[in-house]
Amino acid sequence: MKFVDEYRDEQAAARLAELIRRRVSRPWTVMEICGGQTHTILKSGLQDLLPPEITLVHGPGCPVCVTPIELIDHAVSIAETPGVIFCSFGDMLRVPGSRRSLLEAKARGADVRIVYSPLDAVKLAQANPARQVVFFAVGFETTAPANAMAVWQARQLGLDNFSILVAHVLVPPAIEAILNSPGCRIRGFLAPGHVCTVAGYEDYEKLAARYRVPIVVTGFEPVDILEGLLMVITQLEEGRAEVENQYRRSVRREGNRQAQQIVREVFQVSDRAWRGIGTIPLSGLALREPYRRYDALERFPPTQAPGEESAECIAGLILQGLKKPPECSAFAVRCTPETPLGAPMVSSEGACAAYYLYGRKEVAS
Amino acid sequence: MNEFTLSCPAPMLSEERILLAHGGGGRLMHQLLERVFLPAFRDPALEARHDGAALEIQGVRLAFTTDSYVVRPLFFPGGNIGDLAINGTVNDLAMCGARPLYLSAGFILEEGLAMETLRRVTDSMRAAAERAGVRLVTGDTKVVDQGHGDGIYINTAGIGVIEAPGEIGPQRVEPGDAVLVSGDLGAHGVAILSVREGLEFEAPIASDTAPLWEPVAALLAAGIEVHCLRDLTRGGLASALNEIAQARGLLISLEEAAIPVSEPVKGACEILGLDPLYVANEGRFVAFVPQSQAERALEALKSVPVSAGAVQVGSVLEEKTAAVVLRSRVGGRRVVDMLSGEQLPRIC
Repeated sequence: MKFVDEYRDEQAAARLAELIRRRVSRPWTVMEICGGQTHTILKSGLQDLLPPEITLVHGPGCPVCVTPIELIDHAVSIAETPGVIFCSFGDMLRVPGSRRSLLEAKARGADVRIVYSPLDAVKLAQANPARQVVFFAVGFETTAPANAMAVWQARQLGLDNFSILVAHVLVPPAIEAILNSPGCRIRGFLAPGHVCTVAGYEDYEKLAARYRVPIVVTGFEPVDILEGLLMVITQLEEGRAEVENQYRRSVRREGNRQAQQIVREVFQVSDRAWRGIGTIPLSGLALREPYRRYDALERFPPTQAPGEESAECIAGLILQGLKKPPECSAFAVRCTPETPLGAPMVSSEGACAAYYLYGRKEVAS
Repeated sequence: MNEFTLSCPAPMLSEERILLAHGGGGRLMHQLLERVFLPAFRDPALEARHDGAALEIQGVRLAFTTDSYVVRPLFFPGGNIGDLAINGTVNDLAMCGARPLYLSAGFILEEGLAMETLRRVTDSMRAAAERAGVRLVTGDTKVVDQGHGDGIYINTAGIGVIEAPGEIGPQRVEPGDAVLVSGDLGAHGVAILSVREGLEFEAPIASDTAPLWEPVAALLAAGIEVHCLRDLTRGGLASALNEIAQARGLLISLEEAAIPVSEPVKGACEILGLDPLYVANEGRFVAFVPQSQAERALEALKSVPVSAGAVQVGSVLEEKTAAVVLRSRVGGRRVVDMLSGEQLPRIC
């Protein structure tokens, strides 16, 4: 398959790994932001190819994982409201709320549907005028344009039975929060290629300069990640701290202006709570005034007290790269994909799921 | 007076309700078997947990199996619920090393179903039965209220005569066995998903639904010492291999680069975020044979059109760890776990 196979090539991977080995002179800790990258690293066994000096830590780039538990609980109560069709991307369904997940709500009779695009939810609203259709708008900058477009379209169509439950988060404020945390050991970042395809990387240049960290915009295939790492390590060894773009086949510095425009039309930047991390100022999106009537929080105001997290789950530390999943006492014992304590165990981008699925080393080595 | 005995009740599942994932072929389904069905029906033939039961009746070795079909939509590229209902049961018998002979069919029809739809299904069942060389000899029909079914549900059961000289099953798998698959993976699951979700691809992907006795017979005719066979339905190759690895406490090692997946299926899986190792097939199986016979076994498989794409994808290792591992295309190693629940399409 073109644009995929060449980035999974064994020789190219071996060559890059050799270059990294030759270039590295001392220990470096590098964070890959995006959960998709974490999964590639574990699924391809990339750690086997890297020299011991390099420690990869996994970042908060799993939108499903950082969605606050009270929002999941509220999603479940909306879904259980008679007459509601609740639409979501598939990987949100298994995430545990404090009472139950959307999948369990579905088993109890709630009308929960998986959609591939928020525009499908708009179509459902058109086709079911007597019912309220709610879409769970989760994601980073990547999914924001399509979600914004859905709201914009609903307004154009004059739909009164469509709304979105917004859980949008932004990457640069999260990187900044991680860099500001006292125990931070991270010396370089692989920035998420898909997010930058939409948002560009101008914001990352300020971060690289202010915190003196190299940031390399990186793709998602094994060869992409090795090349991104080589670029970060080269900068670190040479004492540089710049933003570089490994994912040139998709990302331009300014990003996708048209996509950014529709996002700005519908959303404004706001403070957001991140599950396991806390509130980060100006780290998310909320609907702007003319679109606020499409906010599911307005249409279905929360009535329940915020739910409690599992006391044992260390998802917050994992999402900040302070701990790795196997360091959690519940990992693969009391917390499994069937009985998750936290979201990273069930999201397709979650670090715990990646370690559980591919990384149980005692077996693989 | 009957003596009062303390029985050991089936333990409660941690989930209080049946989830769709309990039928997904993954870990939850295995929990359901282990915690509800096996304790309820205790029987050595059932506990062998093969695709069908191997039974001896007056000196004749028979295989007996059953399966229910609840596919939506009823018609999809490459087949329909009718072919599936015949081929699925035929294949469960074939995986026992048995020549499929007689099938039953039970229909649960929804009130309001178009007679024409039913005829199309029965026509393809007849054609599939002819192709597989089986006779449909008994049946049953029930009709349920509108809204209580997806048009047609079918259950089939089948009987076959075991022609394999030795036992076939996970217990026979040995270190040093070669792991062969009969062709490219994932076409059925992707074909169903593409119609269900209204996805359009440049070239439509057709289901691989097909009867599999012919390739099994070819292996037996070539004198191959077949250790284990498993058709790669729900849960795909990954789940089948995990079941076998766990049943025998052995390590199975796969080469990612050797696993055959067609370009269109690969593309569709990329887009949807699915792993072809877990996607369902309806005309593919895995065979465990001694490595020394692997070449001849592949030759035998390739002589039959339905398994012309057969290849070796891995081998069984000495280690005592019950697991499946994979050497990735870029040279790293990782675990291939059993699917947890259903594969859900991803967010971005």
